Amino acid sequence: MVELTLPRESKIVAGRVHPKPVAAKNTKVFKIYRWDPVAGGQPRLDEYTIDLDTCGPMVLDALIKIKNEQDGTLTFRRSCREGICGSCAMNIDGTNTLACTKGIDEVCGEVKIYPLPHMEVIKDLVPDLSKIFAQYQSIKPWLRAESEITTGAECRQSETERAKLDGLWECILCFCCSTSCPSYWWNGDRYLGPAVLLQAYRWIADSRDETVGERLDDLEDPFKLYRCHTIMNCTKTCPKGLNPAQAIGSIKQLMVARKV
Amino acid sequence: MHDKDEKMQSAYGRIHGLGSAKDGTGHWWAQRVSAVALLGLGTWFVYAVLIFTAMEPVAARDWLAQPLNSILLALFTLTALYHGQLGLQVVIEDYVHTHARKYAALVLVQFVTYGAMAAVVYAIAKISLGV
Ligand code: SF4
Ligand code: SF4
Ligand code: FES
Repeated sequence: MVELTLPRESKIVAGRVHPKPVAAKNTKVFKIYRWDPVAGGQPRLDEYTIDLDTCGPMVLDALIKIKNEQDGTLTFRRSCREGICGSCAMNIDGTNTLACTKGIDEVCGEVKIYPLPHMEVIKDLVPDLSKIFAQYQSIKPWLRAESEITTGAECRQSETERAKLDGLWECILCFCCSTSCPSYWWNGDRYLGPAVLLQAYRWIADSRDETVGERLDDLEDPFKLYRCHTIMNCTKTCPKGLNPAQAIGSIKQLMVARKV
Repeated sequence: MHDKDEKMQSAYGRIHGLGSAKDGTGHWWAQRVSAVALLGLGTWFVYAVLIFTAMEPVAARDWLAQPLNSILLALFTLTALYHGQLGLQVVIEDYVHTHARKYAALVLVQFVTYGAMAAVVYAIAKISLGV
């Protein structure tokens, strides 16, 4: 059922205010969601003040600075720090994006940071992604080319065929889109969500894949695919500038095309 | 979701659930087609209401009894009811997650829609054929 209010144990309470760095002139306040599974209790919003003169330009730089200098318990995922691994996806200043490519100066006033919405939280800014990766696994995200196996010939692709994958292969599976989608919030156990559907289309659109029919069969479902109501939050939020809503539209068109 | 037994099944198993229903495109397509039809029929209906309200009751009845008008009115109301049913089904599937309530709501919407369709057909037939 739709949840319009958070359950009591998820309601956020005021947190600790960490001391300001002494002698800092150019500062910025960060308010960060904290929840520790060991301590339990309700999540809180901790406040940190950062000296911008000794901090890198991105929100991730500030998080790393806080972890190094102010509070070693702050927990978040990151790896590449250049927008390519998808680990540092979180909700910054009200939108899902990558902490490593979001400039601190893009946020006016306090910087509020929460984990990706409507996901179970493992700790602080780390959401549990096991369900969404299982959904990704369910679309068989690999090339399935029978003739390559039987003939041993290389799978070739023309330039125009390859161009069909542009706007799809760039997806880094950060799940900013899926966790911004109301349909995924309400029906995430059955609806695959924009990230996984964009990936599904990435294989459907690949001229080398010989199992498009099976792929469409698997998606032919009122919940897996048709919970998308073209709300477009996904496309609006994608930090890589991709268009999952369009990819979903293309899948629906193919569904119709094979029927009429 | 917080059921302990449920958590012991693998995430992959849970996601596969009951598999693909091999259905969904028909509903989606019917929603689009009925929407397109309603654009045309709706325009006619607005025109009909304008004409209608300017007439005396008896004249209005005669006007409606003309075959083309009766047919268009039947098409408009039936398509609107059908489109409404498809839309309500989506809303219920989106928001109602308790099984009993979901089935009850889906069945109720169908009953009410078909009931309303029967009433509409009867009313138009009565006006048009004077049954
Ligand atoms: S377009 Fe579809 S997938 Fe994207 S946010 Fe809307 S409902 Fe979700
Ligand atoms: S489509 Fe964009 S937002 Fe969605 S997972 Fe891929 S990169 Fe992230
Ligand atoms: S750290 Fe890799 S995408 Fe941000």
